[in-house]
Amino acid sequence: MAEITYREALNQALSEEISRDSNVVLMGEEVAQFKGSYKVSEGLLEEFGPERIIDTPISEAAFSGLAVGAAMMGMRPVVEFMFWSFSYVAFDQIFNNAASVRYMSGGLVNVPIVFRGPANGGTNVGATHSHTPENFAANTPGLKVICPSTPADAKGMMKAAIRDNDPVCVMENTILYNLKGEVPEDENFIIPLGKARLALEGNDLSIIAHGRSVQVALQVAETLEEKHGVSAEVLDLRSIRPLDLEAILETVKKTNRVLLVEENKPFCGVDAQIAYLIQEHAFDHLDAPVKRISAIDVPQAYSKELENFQIPNHDRVLAKAMELL
Amino acid sequence: MESIYHDADIQKGDAPTKASPTAVPLPNETDFSAVSINHSLEAEEKIRFFSQMLRIRRFEERSLRAYQQGHIGGFLHLYIGQEAVAVGSVSVMSQDDHVITAYRDHGHAIAVGMEMDECMAELYGKKTGCSKGKGGSMHFFAPDKNFWGGHGIVGGQTPLGLGMAYALKTKGTKGACLCFMGDGATNQGSFYESLNLASLWNLPVIYVIENNGYSMGTSESRHSAGEPLARRGEAFDIDWSVHQGHDLYEVRSAIHNALSRARENSRPSVLEIVTYRYRGHSVADPDQTYRSKEEIEEYKENKDPINLFRDKLLKEGVLTDDKIKALDKAAKDEAEASAEFALASPFPDVSELMDDVYWETDNPEEKSSSGTIFFESSR
Repeated sequence: MAEITYREALNQALSEEISRDSNVVLMGEEVAQFKGSYKVSEGLLEEFGPERIIDTPISEAAFSGLAVGAAMMGMRPVVEFMFWSFSYVAFDQIFNNAASVRYMSGGLVNVPIVFRGPANGGTNVGATHSHTPENFAANTPGLKVICPSTPADAKGMMKAAIRDNDPVCVMENTILYNLKGEVPEDENFIIPLGKARLALEGNDLSIIAHGRSVQVALQVAETLEEKHGVSAEVLDLRSIRPLDLEAILETVKKTNRVLLVEENKPFCGVDAQIAYLIQEHAFDHLDAPVKRISAIDVPQAYSKELENFQIPNHDRVLAKAMELL
Repeated sequence: MESIYHDADIQKGDAPTKASPTAVPLPNETDFSAVSINHSLEAEEKIRFFSQMLRIRRFEERSLRAYQQGHIGGFLHLYIGQEAVAVGSVSVMSQDDHVITAYRDHGHAIAVGMEMDECMAELYGKKTGCSKGKGGSMHFFAPDKNFWGGHGIVGGQTPLGLGMAYALKTKGTKGACLCFMGDGATNQGSFYESLNLASLWNLPVIYVIENNGYSMGTSESRHSAGEPLARRGEAFDIDWSVHQGHDLYEVRSAIHNALSRARENSRPSVLEIVTYRYRGHSVADPDQTYRSKEEIEEYKENKDPINLFRDKLLKEGVLTDDKIKALDKAAKDEAEASAEFALASPFPDVSELMDDVYWETDNPEEKSSSGTIFFESSR
């Protein structure tokens, strides 16, 4: 199996799916000639031409809505947001139109569309470019939401998202784009949505995370093992909606102690729902209250010193884990 | 020509005034019955257009009664007064052309051939409604009749119409998208973004601004700088024109020309069709604060699209008084029957609440994902 980056994995997924299905197109700002702001679409213009790899103006409301209208009529567009933060000017198109058209039409109209792009902090770009709206999307029935954290997942889940007949929001992470990992080359390598991944087995504590927080959780687990002799289990949610509740409950019942880690802001973040589900379904299995680490509850800070503290970093997660033991 | 708008008379405070929409120079003197698209019409077709307008009006009048009786809830945005726009536009469409509109959608729905029964039942929130009672007045759909909604957010459908045109072009279909919108929607940013892409990418979309003079309760002179509204297309090199919406023949001619431009040159258009709604913005609108009764009466008296077309057809010898009476009775009976159908229909069962959200959960045999997708707070 080849070792490639998260970015290359996404590129492979796009290339394979655009080859496979003539209804799939990629559109967004700078995706073609510029090769993608983060080079995710590098080489695709040369491979597929400007009819399939489409540069748009900086006009999110129009091209997002255009893609929804095209999806209603049977195309399968992949819309790139340079940052998910920029989707906020297209909110109506994603949250009213893509999410609700199927329901409002009594199931007559489908919207097979993918909205994708990075949704993360930690890159020193301030409040307007660092949003993590997976909770907004997951709060909206009609949308599906995934946050792949490894190159293999990035490929397998992106392919699943493109083949999905419902709107899927794919939240990537600019810091993960250079992460390397083994990725199957098989064109039918698909990771179904809604299946969590046990990233590390352990016995004393479960750390449940999604997106880049999974990588932080793994580092903390290593420290716990090395310095404290604690065996932590790490569960990567991968998919937010649908959610692998079964896997969550399984690890909770195994270790009886849970730490939830996410880059979302705390109020109504994804982990608020997960904490609720754990107490609802596994209350008797808990030996301690569910603990939670989110981004510090202020607009994303610019200063590196501040932001490195704001997002769940190794030391903050470790300290919270120690409270559970 | 005397203006039908009297904004200045009811203008309050220091709000700036400007000329009414009817001050726009219009080709009023043209007899649109002589243009070929109309000249070639068979008597039967003319009668069908008349009947369609009448059916829309009788349907909506009946729906208003049902609303007042408490059978219909929420909003009910009536199209009464604007019928010639939907009927005239749809009448020149080919089978490859598609329609999308905003929340004042009953007229377009009936014009494309949706049945009164499914429309009325949808208003009643019944299972037999076109959207199974899940969409309501603002969200009628009939993709099998090239009708793609029924959209509730002002201007929100303008990028969707763009996407429909994009899909038609990409798939090599010689069709166009008629994207209807109100005058109020011309002030939404998504409309301008759409105009830019429509022109930049040569997409066959026709934005039909049904200018009924009011964005909810705000008259055009209070909501829009610069006129006519359609001229805004010029900034994007899009062909634009202004037409009278009370003349079905003129609407047909205008839409036909725009459709030709879309089909032959894959170019967008912006058409402003000046029309008028007799009822409030919605039924919830008291309709007494922002326009005068005289204004409404004057329009009804002089520019009612159904009366004007009726008179034309009488003059042409296509219709007789008896035939008109018979058509009117048929329309009323059909509307009444639809109300009875809606009343007798069952409500959707609560067990169906979670249907129609995701394709995947409705097609479990082809499901590829796993996990929990619905999160009930309690049961």
